[in-house]
Amino acid sequence: MADLPRTGTPAPAAPGRLRKAWDSDIVWSFRHAPVAVVSLVVVTLMVLAAVFAPLIAPYDPFDPGTLNLMNGFTPPMEPNAFTGDTFWLGTDDQGRDVFSTILFGLRISLFVGFMAVALAMVLGITLGLLAGYLGGWVDTIIMRVADVQLTFPAILVAMLIFGVAKGITPPELRNEVAIWVLILAIGLSDWVQFARVVRGATLVEKSRDYVAAARLIGRGSGAIMLRHILPNVLSPVLVIATISLALAIIAEATLSFLGIGAPPTQPSLGTLIRIGQGFLFSGEWWILLFPAATLLALALAVNLLGDWLRDALNPRLR
Amino acid sequence: MAPVLSLRNLTVEIPTRHGVLRPVDSVSYDIVAGEILGVVGESGAGKSMAGNAVIGLLNRPARITGGEVWLNGARIDNLPPEGLRKLRGKRIGMVFQDPLTSLNPLLTVGDQIAETILEHLPVSRAEARERAIAALEEVGIPAARDRVDSYPHAFSGGMRQRVVIALALCAEPDLVIADEPTTALDVSVQAQIIVLLKRLCRERGTAVMLVTHDMGVIAEAADRVAVMYAGRLAEIGPVADVIQHPRHPYTAGLMGSTPGASQGQARLTQIPGAMPRLDAMPPGCAFHPRCPRRGPGCDIDPPPVRAPDARAACHYPLTVAEDVTA
Repeated sequence: MADLPRTGTPAPAAPGRLRKAWDSDIVWSFRHAPVAVVSLVVVTLMVLAAVFAPLIAPYDPFDPGTLNLMNGFTPPMEPNAFTGDTFWLGTDDQGRDVFSTILFGLRISLFVGFMAVALAMVLGITLGLLAGYLGGWVDTIIMRVADVQLTFPAILVAMLIFGVAKGITPPELRNEVAIWVLILAIGLSDWVQFARVVRGATLVEKSRDYVAAARLIGRGSGAIMLRHILPNVLSPVLVIATISLALAIIAEATLSFLGIGAPPTQPSLGTLIRIGQGFLFSGEWWILLFPAATLLALALAVNLLGDWLRDALNPRLR
Repeated sequence: MAPVLSLRNLTVEIPTRHGVLRPVDSVSYDIVAGEILGVVGESGAGKSMAGNAVIGLLNRPARITGGEVWLNGARIDNLPPEGLRKLRGKRIGMVFQDPLTSLNPLLTVGDQIAETILEHLPVSRAEARERAIAALEEVGIPAARDRVDSYPHAFSGGMRQRVVIALALCAEPDLVIADEPTTALDVSVQAQIIVLLKRLCRERGTAVMLVTHDMGVIAEAADRVAVMYAGRLAEIGPVADVIQHPRHPYTAGLMGSTPGASQGQARLTQIPGAMPRLDAMPPGCAFHPRCPRRGPGCDIDPPPVRAPDARAACHYPLTVAEDVTA
């Protein structure tokens, strides 16, 4: 088609999907919120760094063969006194490159965060929909369980679940399942707010006539919940999911910092901070500072994104 | 002709801590194919509740406690939920009051119509889509083929109500229940919607239960009218007769309080008092405390509708000599 002679003015190209998306309200509001743009860049960089950690990291911190104990406690950007090796962010007591451990730690922190939020979302949305749509005793049971759970701090619930799960797994498997137990603990401690929001929104949508119309034409409860109500209650869920992600990452770090989260063989950012704080008073500040700064930047960026999303999706604040 | 819909002494009750409320009390009427029955009354008279009872969409704790609902010669009020679910969608269509909430905002209008068609007619997805386009054309949506993939927010209120009518009629029901279909619309659009509904139902021979509190709509569209008061039927008859020669004092009061072009600047009459609360129903005729014609016995016996000539549920109905209008 390209080499056909052009006659007259070409018809204006139909706006493509990309063009439409670029012009949509949400993207427009995003483009005009510098904080959100910076946050998204930070989060994207961190996710990419975590995904491609094995390719980016200069050292493999989990391969004892490459570790040289002589490299221990090398300060950032200074050649080691014995070996002459230089590390961007220094090394810890065992000579592990802090930059590499942060990349691998980020990987675990983000993985746990995403999976825990996914679990909490699936659980919370399902239970919230059932409670809101079916009502009656189903509603009572689900929401009372939620209320009870809400009276405890989430971290306490997570510790309880973590402890029970550890207790029932055989000792030789503990390190392998540790990450999954962590996801389970954080996910189960965080479903309540999803359930509450979805239930509330479901109650509103349920009374709308289009739901009555769907009931009238003979659609079953399941079909109505999935096809008609679920899509209409998702936008508040999106906001909570983002803010939950930040909370889940911090919860994971807290558990790991307390020494009951990710094991030292698979250190997350929280584990790294725990290891690092032991050296703070002896002057090796970099072992603590860099993982902590990474965690802070990640949690802050995700939170700011969530804040922006909440404002952007709220028609009253538009 | 056998009626499409037949209510026999239909009673709906809501148990509360202050006793049992009866929003619909022994209501009986028939609608034949192609006929439009207007159901009028004040807010809370039980008009919508009766409609919801017919389609089985009563919300707990309201439930049918007496009487029968017959659809095409089959009794439907005592069907198990699954049987009723299958039947009502196919046989009964519904036009809701507010076109803003009666369409799912996140599905295209075509998808919503096709969903209904697929649920009830043995057609393929592609054919359901073609039928959806045809249905939209039929209700007067311009460029239906281009608009079938639009979302409800892209339609104006009147156009949306047209879509809702297409939705109600697409599965070829025998009965359409229109619950205040024009209340949320502009006056100029109301007439269009009523004319459309009337024409489509006439063409297909669909029976219509038109629930409204707007006497103008009734006069325009209905063949017969049923006047409800406090959950009971006050009067039922051909629309011209009821409007021009009301027999029940309540109907007469209702007509007197409806503004009309002929009255000019004259003051509208009011019916003194208010409709009784459902938990404080007077004994006997529910209207007697407000009735200008009450006499002995009104506060003792609830009057029945005596068919066929005396169509009003009143011990002392208005007579021909007392006709209010003309």
